[in-house]
Amino acid sequence: MGVYLPIAEMSVNMFVLLAMGAAVGFLSGMFGVGGGFLITPLLIFYNIPPAIAVATGANQVIASSFSGALAHLKRGTLDFKLGTVLLIGGIAGSAVGAYIFALLRSIGQLDLFISLLYVVFLGTVGGLMLVESVNALRMTKGGVPPALKKSGQHNWIHRLPFKMRFRTSKLFVSVIPVLGIGAGIGLLSAIMGVGGGFIMVPALIYLLKVPTNVVVGTSLFQIVVVSAFTTLVHSSTNQTVDIVLALVLMVGGVAGAQYGAKAGQKLRGEQLRALLALLVLAVALRLGFDLFVKPQNLYSLTSLSGRTM
Amino acid sequence: MLRAAMVALALAATLPAHAQEAPPLPEGIQIGLSTDRVAITANFSGADLTIFGALENPDPLVSRQGRYDVIVVLEGPARPVVVRRKDRILGMWINTRSETFVNVPVSYSMATTRPPQDVTTPNSYKQLSLGIPNIYLEPEDKRDSPITIQEFTDALRERKEGLGLFSDNVGGVQFLSQNLFRATLRLAPNVPVGTHKARAFLFRNGQFIKETSTQLAIVKSGFEQTIYRFATDHGFGYGLFSIGLAMLTGWLGRIIFRKD
Repeated sequence: MGVYLPIAEMSVNMFVLLAMGAAVGFLSGMFGVGGGFLITPLLIFYNIPPAIAVATGANQVIASSFSGALAHLKRGTLDFKLGTVLLIGGIAGSAVGAYIFALLRSIGQLDLFISLLYVVFLGTVGGLMLVESVNALRMTKGGVPPALKKSGQHNWIHRLPFKMRFRTSKLFVSVIPVLGIGAGIGLLSAIMGVGGGFIMVPALIYLLKVPTNVVVGTSLFQIVVVSAFTTLVHSSTNQTVDIVLALVLMVGGVAGAQYGAKAGQKLRGEQLRALLALLVLAVALRLGFDLFVKPQNLYSLTSLSGRTM
Repeated sequence: MLRAAMVALALAATLPAHAQEAPPLPEGIQIGLSTDRVAITANFSGADLTIFGALENPDPLVSRQGRYDVIVVLEGPARPVVVRRKDRILGMWINTRSETFVNVPVSYSMATTRPPQDVTTPNSYKQLSLGIPNIYLEPEDKRDSPITIQEFTDALRERKEGLGLFSDNVGGVQFLSQNLFRATLRLAPNVPVGTHKARAFLFRNGQFIKETSTQLAIVKSGFEQTIYRFATDHGFGYGLFSIGLAMLTGWLGRIIFRKD
């Protein structure tokens, strides 16, 4: 069944989009990630213009993250104070990101930049995760219990000024790295259309030593608000949010996430991480590969603002 | 789908002209559209637009020999276009050079009675700026080298033809009788909305005689168009609405599949 995307101005198959949303939702439920980093490249593979894929991806991320954030709110595993400081950085980062986005689009380098960012980030994160999970798998096979990283150890970050106390996280830390992490995630959210959970969670755990049980809820809270801000900025400056596309993806995603969560409980942690790492690497490879393939048409037409024709 | 059918208007007016022997009146051409507005819906996958027209005071002898030729053109609104070229840098294909053109018709669809080279001379096409090779494409920066400008002009035409936005339909104009003709123009699936100009050119023995034109508004209709307009005219409100919808979907998903 065809569905017309009013902003992308193209007809697509609704079932392909639903399946795409469900598959990503399944994975996000299984691995506990937002899925924005998978949705955006998938949309690009499906010939949706990257600018629209990014802005719509940010919109879609809200749905899955909001659902998760509500659950954490109920369990009390959400540090509002930490989340708010992250947010201040995040909104600033997102505003700058949207400006860079519009600039790159008008000079015709946006598509390249998005692909490169994805290749670098997904390649790095996927590679690190794969190494880590394969090591963990080997250790458990050898009968040695996997060594957990000790938290609570102090590093250079804890010597920075402007310290602030975060009660829920049992943390006393400078606001500089918190704002910095927030800003970085906001920037990525605006340019890549991701929530940024796949970077935020490790950053909070390893850099700030936030207890693991609060990390996910707090990260989801920040993602919801920053993605909402990103959606707003993109819709008012670039007009690239396709609400029909977002809705179909969300419906598929919300349904898929429920089954993914159940499947995730049956798999072991290291296996899950290894699988996710392989998936992330595959997406990065595919995006990277496309950069080197000679395009069908060397010439392309756009409007002055960069909208493809 | 085309909602409106195109019907001739000018038919009746031309019939009584030859009743009495009088000094030959100058030939003319008329085209008529039954509507000045065509609405296309979201699942529009391209269509043929039919325009009817009539010759005024045709010479029966010339007509019988088939020496009258008609060219009908439907030209979309003009907009600026940036043409970019990809080059290989470090093995990657990256947009490098670009050229901006100021007034490019978004679409250009032409129908002719016979192959264009049989209708009239290349010079005459150039003077009328008629036909895809003669559409005037004005570069914004005229100081660029003529070779570069030529390269990008050619690329622009070729891409427009590749996208189906520039097209010509040889034999697309047919005479139904001595006076009456029908022109079939192709509307690409991605036909741009806006005010299009339909122009008809009359030639006799390869000589340009007369031109007439009329306007046609192509609009998108339906639910999708409402969304599009909302998104472009009220971006901020549209953004808020998108956010609300996403939150609602997330919340509903949690209620429907409640686990805790």
